[in-house]
Amino acid sequence: MKRLRRFLHTPEAIAGAFILALLLVMALTAPLFFPGDPQAIAGPALLPPFQDWSLPLGTDRLGRDVLAELFHGARTSLAVGLAAAAAALLIGAVVGTLAGFAGGLVDEALMRITDAFQTVPSFLLALAFVSIIGPSLGVVVAAIALSAWTGPARVARAEVLSIRERDCVAGARVIGMHPLEIAFREVLPNALPPVLALSSVIVAAAILTEAALSFLGLGDPNRVTWGGMIAEGRAVLRTAPLLSIVPGVALMLTVLGVYLAGEGVVESTAVRRSLS
Amino acid sequence: MTRALTILRRRLVGSVFVLLIVVIGSFLLLEAAPGDAVDAYIVSTGGDAGMIELLRHRWGLDQSELTRLANYLWALLHLDLGQSVTFSRPIRDVILERLPTTLILMGSATALSFGLGSALGIYAGARPGSFRDRFLSIGSLALYAVPGFWLGLVLIVVFAVDLRWLPIGGIETIASGKTGFSRATDIAIHLVLPVSALGFIYLALYLRMMRAGMAEAWRQDFVLAARARGLPRRRVVLAHVARNALLPLVTMLGLQSAQMLGGSVVIESVFAVPGLGRLAQEAVAGRDTPLLLGIILISAVLVILINLLVDLAYAVLDPRVGAGEASA
Repeated sequence: MKRLRRFLHTPEAIAGAFILALLLVMALTAPLFFPGDPQAIAGPALLPPFQDWSLPLGTDRLGRDVLAELFHGARTSLAVGLAAAAAALLIGAVVGTLAGFAGGLVDEALMRITDAFQTVPSFLLALAFVSIIGPSLGVVVAAIALSAWTGPARVARAEVLSIRERDCVAGARVIGMHPLEIAFREVLPNALPPVLALSSVIVAAAILTEAALSFLGLGDPNRVTWGGMIAEGRAVLRTAPLLSIVPGVALMLTVLGVYLAGEGVVESTAVRRSLS
Repeated sequence: MTRALTILRRRLVGSVFVLLIVVIGSFLLLEAAPGDAVDAYIVSTGGDAGMIELLRHRWGLDQSELTRLANYLWALLHLDLGQSVTFSRPIRDVILERLPTTLILMGSATALSFGLGSALGIYAGARPGSFRDRFLSIGSLALYAVPGFWLGLVLIVVFAVDLRWLPIGGIETIASGKTGFSRATDIAIHLVLPVSALGFIYLALYLRMMRAGMAEAWRQDFVLAARARGLPRRRVVLAHVARNALLPLVTMLGLQSAQMLGGSVVIESVFAVPGLGRLAQEAVAGRDTPLLLGIILISAVLVILINLLVDLAYAVLDPRVGAGEASA
């Protein structure tokens, strides 16, 4: 409780937490409020918002319920954002720990690979990956993770370099633990906090990348995505600009919520650290 | 000068390894693709099994993977990126044709985000914790949260559709017959919206970095000394606080270049700007895997070159960089 209050001590963190909670509710209640296929035709095409209360936000070019699409889109954005970020953090932490702990040639090789991944524009990499393997939710998650793990890897490696000199590591060596066991049971858990501090930035970037991929038509065709909705609305941009604008605002609020909540968490832990 | 050479040499050696990994990596990725360039070509032209055989042989696609990788590397050494399927032209020519447009777009967007971002950052960081500081911090964060392609669409709705001030897309007026200065103006007018869309997204990054750096610098002793000497506040802010906060931003310029290239893919597709990013999208649409590989490779080279330039600029700005190695 105390921790939660410390987290919610700035208006920014409260706003971020509120947005994320709202999003979570939207994602979880989507099948409840809007059962059935959100991509099914629900009414006349291009119905403007606030005309028919069974379709509060109107319909798109094909007569699909915009509000239902918005709710189901929240599911996709959140799922892809969280899964891709988790995968990126995991890959990054493992690669960074191996590089930092092993040192020498392994370190050199792993860091050159990291360099190579950072040299290729991450969006171009994700684009190529999805277009080659084929668009499905799993591939999109993998593509985003593949283009986002380098940051966590660098942070983890830097952290591991200092942790491996600690007494607990020396102790583990003395009792004869396997180096890999030391790396993943003693070193990695200690190196995690600064890596996890990156998670809000990575989740935000993952959500934006997913949106951009679906905007270019490389999202999972069987799922509603906000990026796909924007692309769909683009065809009627002159007559019904709201169809593109509404999902864009949803995207912006989501990413903003992730940033604000992330800053709140980092600040509250920083306060805790300086107090102790 | 020796300092610059040391940096140059060290960077170039590292870059060769990085490029080799990029080449092998993208080669493996494209090997995983279902179908090859011949399949894509036959889909658009039609042809029998004999022709498929012939094309496979002529394009060297019937050899083992290792041979093909070796062939590819050998060709790359001769600056030959292969043949584009969708354009039926050498990939190098297609890319070189599109590159200047993207460079102009990226350069202008970088100038916009760096210039405006650092200026606003100085404005915010001049009084840390003030209302304008808080306002700009939140505002820039909101801007950073905006998807670039969506900002582009909104700009089109407002400035091209409603107000009709600016063209909706493209790089210049088609078949206008303009030359020289009037053509340059025409291109500049067409680039206003794409550059704004691309630049405003990354503005927040420079603003926030500048602000954070200045907040740090305010606590330093030399700033206290400058204030104690009774220097005008303006001078303290610009010559002491801001100047020291500016250096990390230069490093960011290089790191951001890869992001900008990625961002230009979507922006160019929104504004129908015929640059490298749109070419990537066309390559995806046309299943032109060799072209996509070429674009990735050229982007990597571009990013390496930009980072090299940034490193050299950094060495000029900060005399401590590389000094130890040059004298050793």
